Amino acid sequence: MKTIAVFRKKAKVRKEVKKHRRFTLSTLAKYGWSIVRGVIILGICFLILYPTLVKLTVAFMPEKDIFDVTVRYIPKSPTFENFKAVWKAMGYTKAFWNTFKLSALTSIMQLISCTLIGYGFARFKFRGRGFLFTLVILSMIVPPQTLMVPLFMHFRYFDIFGIFSAITGGRGLNLLDSYWPFVLMSLTGMGLKNGLYIYILRQFFRGMPKELEEAAYVDGAGMLRTFWQIMLPSAVPAMVTVFLFSFVWQWTDSFYSTLFLQKTKVLSGALSSVSFNITQQIYFETGVNVALPPAISSMYTNTASLLVIAPLLILYLFAQRRFVESVERSGIVG
Amino acid sequence: MTEKPLQQAESVPATKPLIRKKRRLSLTKKRAMMGYLFVLPFIIGLITFFLVPLIQSFIFSLNNLQVSADGSGYQLIPVGFGNYNRAWNVHATYKRDLVEALLYMVTNVPLIIIFSFFAANLLNQKFRGRSLARAIFFLPVIVTSGIILVVDSGDLLQSAMGLTQSDGQEGAFRAAELTRLLLQSRLSPVFIDYIVSAVDRIYDIVSASGVQILIFLAGLQSISPSLFEASNIEGATGWENFWKITFPMVSPLILVNTVYSIIDTLTNSSNTVMQLIRDIAFANNDYGMSSAMAWIYFVSILAVIGIVIWLISRSVFYQE
Repeated sequence: MKTIAVFRKKAKVRKEVKKHRRFTLSTLAKYGWSIVRGVIILGICFLILYPTLVKLTVAFMPEKDIFDVTVRYIPKSPTFENFKAVWKAMGYTKAFWNTFKLSALTSIMQLISCTLIGYGFARFKFRGRGFLFTLVILSMIVPPQTLMVPLFMHFRYFDIFGIFSAITGGRGLNLLDSYWPFVLMSLTGMGLKNGLYIYILRQFFRGMPKELEEAAYVDGAGMLRTFWQIMLPSAVPAMVTVFLFSFVWQWTDSFYSTLFLQKTKVLSGALSSVSFNITQQIYFETGVNVALPPAISSMYTNTASLLVIAPLLILYLFAQRRFVESVERSGIVG
Repeated sequence: MTEKPLQQAESVPATKPLIRKKRRLSLTKKRAMMGYLFVLPFIIGLITFFLVPLIQSFIFSLNNLQVSADGSGYQLIPVGFGNYNRAWNVHATYKRDLVEALLYMVTNVPLIIIFSFFAANLLNQKFRGRSLARAIFFLPVIVTSGIILVVDSGDLLQSAMGLTQSDGQEGAFRAAELTRLLLQSRLSPVFIDYIVSAVDRIYDIVSASGVQILIFLAGLQSISPSLFEASNIEGATGWENFWKITFPMVSPLILVNTVYSIIDTLTNSSNTVMQLIRDIAFANNDYGMSSAMAWIYFVSILAVIGIVIWLISRSVFYQE
């Protein structure tokens, strides 16, 4: 009996010690920090999502809800009217396909060219490598506006060593309003923000262990085969990142698309002229020339920009895992 | 025919080192050739779509460019530095826009760097829902890029329903309380202004930090855990670990991210100078002055980046 009592007492003491231990300062600090961190992260997430949420609520509001002071976030009588109007005004289906074709084409080509170039800079020693890489950085620094006029002229009267002008007798080919300017610039690693992609991929390849390649060489693989079978499969995470960047940035780019495409409609151009198009439409339908109130034209613009980013959000939803993982597996930084 | 190989076989011991040397040399040469082959697309692009247009644009800036009426070509009328003079001294807003863009960059970039470094450290810790938080933190790369940024930045409803507002009338987040608190703590007013304006522009800053967070995060994860283990055994606190290990190890990336942020804020499509240059060229058809403006802008960006690189690279820690 006595022994049992002693055991009980010991157990009690032990329990108390355990209880006591749970509330030491360091554990308190740990819990405190995780709460603070949670609040900070939630706050920033809210901040990031907020404008998109605003777009979402505005898009479903009928006109009278916009001017209704009692309506702030949740529309009283949600409608699809805005979407219908904007869809028509943007010529969404056609603009979507044009943009999709353009973005897919350029991002795939940029991915190919930047991977090759990045690998070349990372793994081969040749004369002028450092200088050429400085030029990669320089091509990022130069604002595209500096090159805008010459590039425009270049593709307006496109020529390679005077071959085309000799054939047609004119002053070169007019490549504007085709995808050729994009294709040519993407293939040569000169497209939108390609300097950044080259940099990312170069850093990735540099971070990969040299032993991998050496083992492949010892086993008798050539340089191309080593690249294709050893380096490329392990570079997939970095390539996903680059692909996502280039697809998204081409999708929302308005600089090159308005510079090279004047008749072909893409989403970014359609977005910036959406409220103008709606007034035009109203004019054609009713014969009345109305000026949209600023709030209403803003409502249409928000709906339209939601339609522009919706496909990207869906893409991101699928690619997000790979994308975040690619950071996880590191290597972007050498 | 049969004699030659034999002879060679006999003389192998004497020439062996020679042969080996020759072979190694040819391999490095071969590798250099492969290197050029891989980089060849870039060299072509660099010359045709970068260097030539760059020089051309400089020539344009020294001339008045007139597109002939039948669309068959264009003519150049030399005007010397007249376009530069017009852009700098005659144009009503160019000088002010340029200075404002540079000032905006100078105030924003440090905040972007601090925020993205902080956010990367947060996202590097282990907690529940981390991958979701990461997905949301990188979302600005999509929702505030290109045309979306341009459309949103002047949008009426976005600012009416926005979290922050420059006049502080109805924003859900008001910095007035913060200002009072900081004033009571006797901080210098300049510093308070900076912090309060940072709070007002928090969305701009957060939305411009997507790529930077990504780069910092990748850098944080490339730090070997054994460093932290060793310092923990020695009894270092988390604070010390941060300043003695994390910070020096990521410091090269601060340089990278600063340069990237400068380029990004100065050349994104919602920048007023960029829009001005565009409009002058295609709305006014004044290609010469547009090129001159673009060149002034380019040179000032180059100068800023040069200064920044010089300042930061002195205090950066490199492992090699």
